[in-house]
Amino acid sequence: MNQPKIRISNLSKRFGGLPVLRSVDLVVRAGRVIAIVGPNGAGKTTLIKSVLGLTRPDSGKIVVDGADVVGGDAYRARIGYMPQIARFPENLTGAELIRMLTDLRARTSELDVELIESFNLGAALDQPLRVLSGGTRQKVNAAMAFLFSPDLLVLDEATAGLDPLASSILKDKILADRGAGKTVVVTSHIMNEVEELADDVAFMLDGCAAFVGTLDELKRITAQATLERAVATMMSRGWVQVAA
Amino acid sequence: MNTIYKVLKYQARDAVRSRWLIAYAIFFALITDGLLRFSGDPVKAQLSLVSVVLFVVPLVAIVFGTVYLYNAREFIELILAQPVNRVQTYVGLYLGLALPLTLAFVFGLGFPFLLHGIDAEAWTTLLALLTAGIVLTGVFTAIASLIAVRCEDRLRGLGTAIAVWLLLTVVYDGFVLFVLAVMSDYPLERATLAMMMANPIDLARVGLLLRFDGAAMMGYTGAVFLKFFGSTWGSAITIAALAAWVSAPIALGMRAFQRKDF
Repeated sequence: MNQPKIRISNLSKRFGGLPVLRSVDLVVRAGRVIAIVGPNGAGKTTLIKSVLGLTRPDSGKIVVDGADVVGGDAYRARIGYMPQIARFPENLTGAELIRMLTDLRARTSELDVELIESFNLGAALDQPLRVLSGGTRQKVNAAMAFLFSPDLLVLDEATAGLDPLASSILKDKILADRGAGKTVVVTSHIMNEVEELADDVAFMLDGCAAFVGTLDELKRITAQATLERAVATMMSRGWVQVAA
Repeated sequence: MNTIYKVLKYQARDAVRSRWLIAYAIFFALITDGLLRFSGDPVKAQLSLVSVVLFVVPLVAIVFGTVYLYNAREFIELILAQPVNRVQTYVGLYLGLALPLTLAFVFGLGFPFLLHGIDAEAWTTLLALLTAGIVLTGVFTAIASLIAVRCEDRLRGLGTAIAVWLLLTVVYDGFVLFVLAVMSDYPLERATLAMMMANPIDLARVGLLLRFDGAAMMGYTGAVFLKFFGSTWGSAITIAALAAWVSAPIALGMRAFQRKDF
């Protein structure tokens, strides 16, 4: 009954001869929060960018809502993306940037400004983006991902650079949207956060999806009580495998 | 079509506010105003401006263009994460760069002439000068976009940009002079024409000098050029060559942009 939101099959990608993704299979179920975890350079961001069509796969297939992402652009209207690095044109204001996205999406319906309000971004949006602090820019970045009430949210290290208050606000928003039936894909290095947010975990290692399942399953197969320990166990086992 | 305009609109708005672009406009305004004051003759001032335009416009377009696009990498990613088509986005990014540069150039160079007031003859040559600058901006912004898309490494990209500029401004003319000197016993009019076609800056230079009645100073070669560029055929070929210099880098860049991984 839960039709998959994203189905990735046999996805491979090399950058300059170096394999970044190695036949990744992953199913993201609708209405759930999935966290993609794993060490730096495991391919998390590349995986996310492939779903958005920013990176083109060498082989394999990505299907979002039943439509292949290669060759289509329209499916991105239903995705809200929060990139890892919030660097915007220096001389535009946040309000102009938001107007640009609204224009590009040809949106006329009501915008979801909840985050703009709870982050108190009102005044900051009229400033050129160059004068905003890194944290404020990250808040603008987060607010833009939720702006168009997309049914799929893709958040790359969403809470990195946010203060505890902003981070809590963002996490509340993620959980509220999940409650409203939206699907959320997050990457994170903070295991407490993953435990708080995620229903499912995909553990990436060296370009492979080494484990995909629920949080409880991961804890069970690693025989660990916390997610942090479970992931650490996966990582050290992975290193052993690579070394052997 | 729609996406082109939307991308262009916001990118141009950002670029127009850039300090470097404003400095570029002021630079041309100061030089032009200075030349007008010193020479007292608008056409003489324009003749001096020819060299400045041929030298500075390509350099600024190619360097500003590559640096801007490297800095806009995350911005481009944000645009491409929206439901947009890559081909249209690329055209929008190109125009969003070429138009502000054109605007700064036209305003900077044209404004002092408006202030000082000029006669009909000076108007024709001024228009020729502005057209040459606009075309060169179009060509070198297209090359800049191509470099920024093709080169992942920004230092290498910037190096390539400066190398291309040096090649077309300095090295190429040296090469042409060398060929002319070595082959001076042969009739080289056609070969020279062909070599001019292969360099947009040379094309602009010849086109401009002919407008300024400078052809008389160029002797026999000048006469050949005047005959060629004055004919319908010659003008058509010149326009085609310049169009190729704008569209070839755009087409190559577009192809690379469509396949690029962000």
